[in-house]
Amino acid sequence: MDLIWEGLRESIRIIRTGDYALWEITLRSLLVSGSAVVLSLFLGIAVGAAIAFNEFRGRKLVFSLINTGMGLPPVVVGLLVSIFLWRSGPLGHLRLIYTPTAMVVAQTIIATPIVTGFTAAALRNLDPRLRIQLYALGASRLQMLWVVLWETKLPLLAAVMAGFGGAISEIGASQMVGGNIAGDTRVLTTAIMLEVSRGNFAVAIALSAILLVVIFAVSLVLTTVQQQERR
Amino acid sequence: MKRASWLAALLLALVVALGLVACGGDEEESKETATPEAAATTTPQAAVTGTPQAATSTPVVRSGPKEVILATTTSTQDSGLLDVLVPEFEKDSGYKVKVIAVGSGQALAMGQRGDADVLLVHAPGSEKALIDDGSAINRRLVMHNDFIILGPDKDPAGIKGMTSAVDSLKKVFDTGSSFISRGDDSGTDKLEKSLWKKAELDPKGKSWYEESGQGMGATLQIANQRDAYIICDRATYLAQSASLALTLLVEGDPVLLNVYSVMQVNLESFDLVNGPGGEAFADFMVSEKAQQMVGEFVDKKSGKPLFIPDAGKTYEELGMKTPFG
Repeated sequence: MDLIWEGLRESIRIIRTGDYALWEITLRSLLVSGSAVVLSLFLGIAVGAAIAFNEFRGRKLVFSLINTGMGLPPVVVGLLVSIFLWRSGPLGHLRLIYTPTAMVVAQTIIATPIVTGFTAAALRNLDPRLRIQLYALGASRLQMLWVVLWETKLPLLAAVMAGFGGAISEIGASQMVGGNIAGDTRVLTTAIMLEVSRGNFAVAIALSAILLVVIFAVSLVLTTVQQQERR
Repeated sequence: MKRASWLAALLLALVVALGLVACGGDEEESKETATPEAAATTTPQAAVTGTPQAATSTPVVRSGPKEVILATTTSTQDSGLLDVLVPEFEKDSGYKVKVIAVGSGQALAMGQRGDADVLLVHAPGSEKALIDDGSAINRRLVMHNDFIILGPDKDPAGIKGMTSAVDSLKKVFDTGSSFISRGDDSGTDKLEKSLWKKAELDPKGKSWYEESGQGMGATLQIANQRDAYIICDRATYLAQSASLALTLLVEGDPVLLNVYSVMQVNLESFDLVNGPGGEAFADFMVSEKAQQMVGEFVDKKSGKPLFIPDAGKTYEELGMKTPFG
């Protein structure tokens, strides 16, 4: 128990002094996971809309594949991305391994099924007559999609939150494709692991507290937006 | 209609994927241009915030030659030694070092596939295989410390003060005392396996023998929680001793010598390897300056030195007849 108090004291000290390159690491966590979520929104909404609006054979299978993807183990994603990006791998010449870009790629793969699943579910719950009416009013496909997405923006915010939470809290992929390099690819989760293995538990607790605050702050902003829309 | 929308979705996915690769390239280039500034001002924040701006305005500079991937063992990172040495090397040479701290087993595998430029490892027996198959060259001694055997204060196997590591493991085996192994094919793990082999015992599968599969620091914590025996390098032990209830029981046996070597990955075996960069780092590690820093490096908590510099010596001089393995 003492350790937790010591850790909390340490976190206040770190926040006050900006020690341990704290802001740099926190900012990188936000940038990497934020970019991953933005990319996964494009991919997830495209695929989610495609399977929600179209009847085709094997749709159930696609749905269950996406649901499986929502629980995609980050460490498996990390290994697969590494195999491609290692110098000995097929994309090795891009020299992307151990860069923040590689981490964005891995986290995008982790977040995309989550966003896709949420999007598909939200669009499925929409009254199908809305689409028919929009077409009747002469809307193009893109206009229709735009209106429909606007109508489902609340569940889509939930998709953003879930995707972001999945991305910023994962460690397996970040460690493997990023390498936890100081000043380059070290993010909050990998820094926590490193400090634990160094026996610096207070620092690890401090970083954990900061990670929780970051996730809380982001979801607070998104929830506020969501609630205001509802009113 | 259906097919059209599918095509649209597919196209969109493709565009995004392409954008991803393109922006990936940008980021890579900008990082290259951003690094010298960051090194000059030594504010890491500048590097981060500078990246997006640089991405829009800087011309194409292909990376590679300025970047060195160092695959090393966890103990050099966990002890904090590389935090001291790497910035010094970066300042002197202009290279940017990417430190990938993994077990020596994985570090050697990375070298063998050309996924790293230079290796700093402690598994003499396995290092030789890379020299023999031509994937690495120019192996040189850097430093040493030693392995020690730790265990619970109560010492149920009664090994405290023994001078032979092999004999003490025999006693652990005979009493069936709890023992935690790395089990990750790291340098430490290879040494431990070689000791069991010398003792002509096979602990694998015994209920008291467990493998953590993790780095030294994490494994030490597990042994600590379990009141188990463990073989650990002295650097990691000293760095963590404040948070450990385990006691140092056996030390000083020549077989427990822990020798770190540096070797560069062979440029001629792999297309993408940064040969000059790897060589520069290897040369730095055995340079007078780095050797002095190694010798002066002390553990922050205990104030004790962690490594003894060895550049220019041979294995025989260190008292190792046959490197483990």
